[in-house]
Amino acid sequence: MDWLTTVDHKKIGILYLIAGGFFFLVGGLEAILIRIQLWKPQNDFVGADTYNELLTMHGTTMIFLAAMPVIFALMNAVIPLQIGARDVAFPFVNSLGFWTFLFGGILLNVSWIVGDVPDAGWTAYAPLAGSTYSNDHGMDYYVLGLQIAGIGTLIGGINFLVTIINMRAPGMTFMRMPMFTWSAFITSALILFAFPALTVGLAALMFDRLFEANFFDPSAGGNAVLWEHIFWIFGHPEVYILILPAFGIISEVISTFSRKRLFGYSSMVFATILIGFLGFMVWAHHMFTTGLGPVANALFSIATMLIAVPTGIKIFNWLFTMWGGSISFKSPNLFAVGFIPTFVMGGVTGVMLAAAPADFQYHDSYFVVAHFHYVIVGGLVLGLFSGVHYWWPKMFGRILNEGLAQLTFWTFFIGFHLTFFVQHFLGLMGMPRRIWQYLDGLGFNEMNLISTIGALLMGLGTIIFLINVVVTSVKPKNAPADPWEDGRTLEWTIPSPPPEYNFAQTPLVRGYDAYWKEKQDGHSGMTPAEPLGPIHMPSPSILPFFMGLGFFIAGFGFMYAPDWGHFLGTDLTVGHAIGIVGLLMVLICMLLRSVIDDHGFHIEEDEIKRDLGGKA
Amino acid sequence: MMNRWQYFKRLAPLMAIMALVLAACGREDLSTLNPQGPVAEEQFDLMVTAIVIMSLVIVVVFAICLYVIIRFRRRKGDKSIPKQVEGSHKLEIVWTVIPIILLIILGVPTVQSVFNLAKDYSNDPDAVKVIVTSHQYWWEFEYPELGIKTAQELVIPTGKTIWIEAKTADVLHSFWIPSLAGKIDTNPGGNTNYMYFSAPKEGVYLGKCAELCGPSHGLMDFKVKSVDPASFDRWATAIKEPVALPSDPAIAEVFESKCLTCHAVGAFGGPAFPNLTGIGSRESVAGILVNVEADDKQYEHEDTVYNNLYKWIKDPEAVKPGNLMSNQYDLTDEEIEGIAQYLSELTLDFEQ
Ligand code: HEM
Ligand SMILES: [Cu+2]
Repeated sequence: MDWLTTVDHKKIGILYLIAGGFFFLVGGLEAILIRIQLWKPQNDFVGADTYNELLTMHGTTMIFLAAMPVIFALMNAVIPLQIGARDVAFPFVNSLGFWTFLFGGILLNVSWIVGDVPDAGWTAYAPLAGSTYSNDHGMDYYVLGLQIAGIGTLIGGINFLVTIINMRAPGMTFMRMPMFTWSAFITSALILFAFPALTVGLAALMFDRLFEANFFDPSAGGNAVLWEHIFWIFGHPEVYILILPAFGIISEVISTFSRKRLFGYSSMVFATILIGFLGFMVWAHHMFTTGLGPVANALFSIATMLIAVPTGIKIFNWLFTMWGGSISFKSPNLFAVGFIPTFVMGGVTGVMLAAAPADFQYHDSYFVVAHFHYVIVGGLVLGLFSGVHYWWPKMFGRILNEGLAQLTFWTFFIGFHLTFFVQHFLGLMGMPRRIWQYLDGLGFNEMNLISTIGALLMGLGTIIFLINVVVTSVKPKNAPADPWEDGRTLEWTIPSPPPEYNFAQTPLVRGYDAYWKEKQDGHSGMTPAEPLGPIHMPSPSILPFFMGLGFFIAGFGFMYAPDWGHFLGTDLTVGHAIGIVGLLMVLICMLLRSVIDDHGFHIEEDEIKRDLGGKA
Repeated sequence: MMNRWQYFKRLAPLMAIMALVLAACGREDLSTLNPQGPVAEEQFDLMVTAIVIMSLVIVVVFAICLYVIIRFRRRKGDKSIPKQVEGSHKLEIVWTVIPIILLIILGVPTVQSVFNLAKDYSNDPDAVKVIVTSHQYWWEFEYPELGIKTAQELVIPTGKTIWIEAKTADVLHSFWIPSLAGKIDTNPGGNTNYMYFSAPKEGVYLGKCAELCGPSHGLMDFKVKSVDPASFDRWATAIKEPVALPSDPAIAEVFESKCLTCHAVGAFGGPAFPNLTGIGSRESVAGILVNVEADDKQYEHEDTVYNNLYKWIKDPEAVKPGNLMSNQYDLTDEEIEGIAQYLSELTLDFEQ
């Protein structure tokens, strides 16, 4: 019950981690089934329809329900601690964000139970995604599930923007913020600008599907290319939303485990901002073959190539952070160091794709599959693994088993390269992506087999990680406040896991890498910026849970409105009635939230003193 | 300037080696690494330039990376604290400027090529114009100047420029001939796309659909058959000649009533679905059942024309799930055999 009502950012972080982790497993299982289907030519392991469903759900789940939430998990768990805050700016909204994401994700996956599964690809290109060519409820699940989950992401992003702008501890200027906080800040800004585009696109597609509008239906004056633009104006920044936090994590981890300050901090900040900005300028590089004409193709080619410059700055800054350091290869750093060459390989193929005439060959081939998996799995997932191992003690008070963690890294890392490296060549040799079968004798067989073996190895790595989680969770909670001993930022100054109020006294930040600076100056902790006193905390609330549930019910009802009979002889169908009940539920919760005068509660000085004494 | 020169000099042999290695990769009629025409060659050159530059980058990064993790690993019990370096403007400028130079080297040919590949041959009297229309899950090729409409197999004369006008009849597809020309999407509505290519050598090149278009997307293959210009002219004449219906009147009857409602042969039938004129001499049935002599059968999807036709007509769903021919008719085994026999003999004799 505590978990349903919590508004504590640390607990919400854990909720995101569990939910995101669960969807990672679902998406991973889908991927394994896809790879089993492709292990030999003309395989009939799954049918053509099922294959497209697996493919669509794999992509959608991984991007929206697995990667994003785990990023949010780390942001929630870490950002307030890194900036010396007691919580995020709007704890209630934070919890609402989690529940809408979760219910949206569940709605999307209910499609498997119902048997009408989205099957037009995660990009849902019209007209294939329209009601003419996808006339079961599959794509409705996509549209409504993502719309609801998207609310969660958008308000989550806004919350982090406000938190980072307003709630930094005294002395924590922007140019003293840890790199992970910086990347979370830019990511949140990208969410703020990109997600509304998705919302608009999904709303228009929903109108097309549920109410017979014609935004994207060319036979009635709509335009299918319009969907591509809307989707990618959201979709391209989305991939930077995914990768920037990984950059942040890598910056933290590399610097901590090299015992060195991040090399070129200000250029790192600048590069992050620039990448975020350029991320919005390059969406049409997904559309070189759509036929936008040579001028557009040339401009978007060049703009895309430019992103390599700030990205290169980051890579070299990481390498030079390690240069002259004292590098320890504990598991978080192993993942971080593995990230660098892997991500570089994904990055360079990105530049290759940016050359439009060459993209006429690469586009929608396995080369592209290899490229974006190098970036998303080799980049983001290695980054997340690194971050999860790094902050696990802070979140749970227990250090993950190092031996198992190393084993996870090696199986996952080797499996990853086996899976995806050969796919570059498959693509160049003429294998299109998103295909259910390939014919024998085209020279694709061996590489596909290798790829499948690699995927199974990655699956094994994931299982080892899960075993590690279980093994660790039965051990005593005895992680020290600064388990890696070289912690540089504020989160390592407080106990693991932190008390509900994080900081007994808000710390005074005297420089970049605040904790490190104090340690170098011979202090054992931060200087407080305020006297000890009672701490004001927000009350827990069940309303966010019910608002998420309300959206879920509403989405479900409206989706089936055309199918089910009328409601008590009125014009309304049963589906409409259910939908309205759901929306009413949301509205009532909003009303309750407005009228109930809740001042939260205070944690008294005595209690805080007791905590401090106990730890001392 | 001196530096740039040396750089290029060193790059040239690397490029050559790279090109050789890559060219050994994949089938001649399919692989982008084995280009068979000027357009694919131009794209390949750009790919090689990019691959060389990128390999260089990778080598440098990997080298630094390896050096760093070996040289600076923490020794046991090392408690020393390394010097906390803020950064170095000089170094940072170096790794900003070098990538920019590399990007210019790649960007210039990219832009040139973008415009080069967008050349317009619509008014070139020498170019062969073809309107490509994609359908779930087959390809229609219309030669407006020759008054020909065919399906699944694009016959072209060697050396001539082929000017493609690409559209779709239903959802998005993408017209891709890896070894000849790259790809272009086929958009619905008024968004028609254009593309040109040519094939100097005779041969059959594999084409594919490259945009998810439904369950049988991966099976939406076609062939480009490049023949010498004289043969092409004979083909163009032959395909317009009158076609006889099956000689057995019973078979002719079912063929007309069950098949020609959708398909056309010669002057008979409807144009909605693949035109079957000359199907007996195509390389494949339905794009993926490859026709071979009985002794040459190597793979599951290969068989004689007759067997392939029989297999397809018997159960199209088993060959291409979700296609619109499934469940459209009811035929006895004898009728299928008769029709398959007839269609397998419906050939065009045009190659020299
Ligand atoms: C028994 C009579 C029929 C025969 C002998 C026949 C034969 C064929 C053949 C040989 C092909 C492959 C064409 C090629 O490879 O070039 C084909 C494809 C096709 N046919 Fe038929 N057909 C018949 C009936 C129908 C009917 C009644 C329809 C429409 C309702 C239809 C719709 C299609 C479609 C849509 C395709 C393309 C399938 C794909 O490749 O995805 N056919 N047919
Ligand atoms: Cu397709």
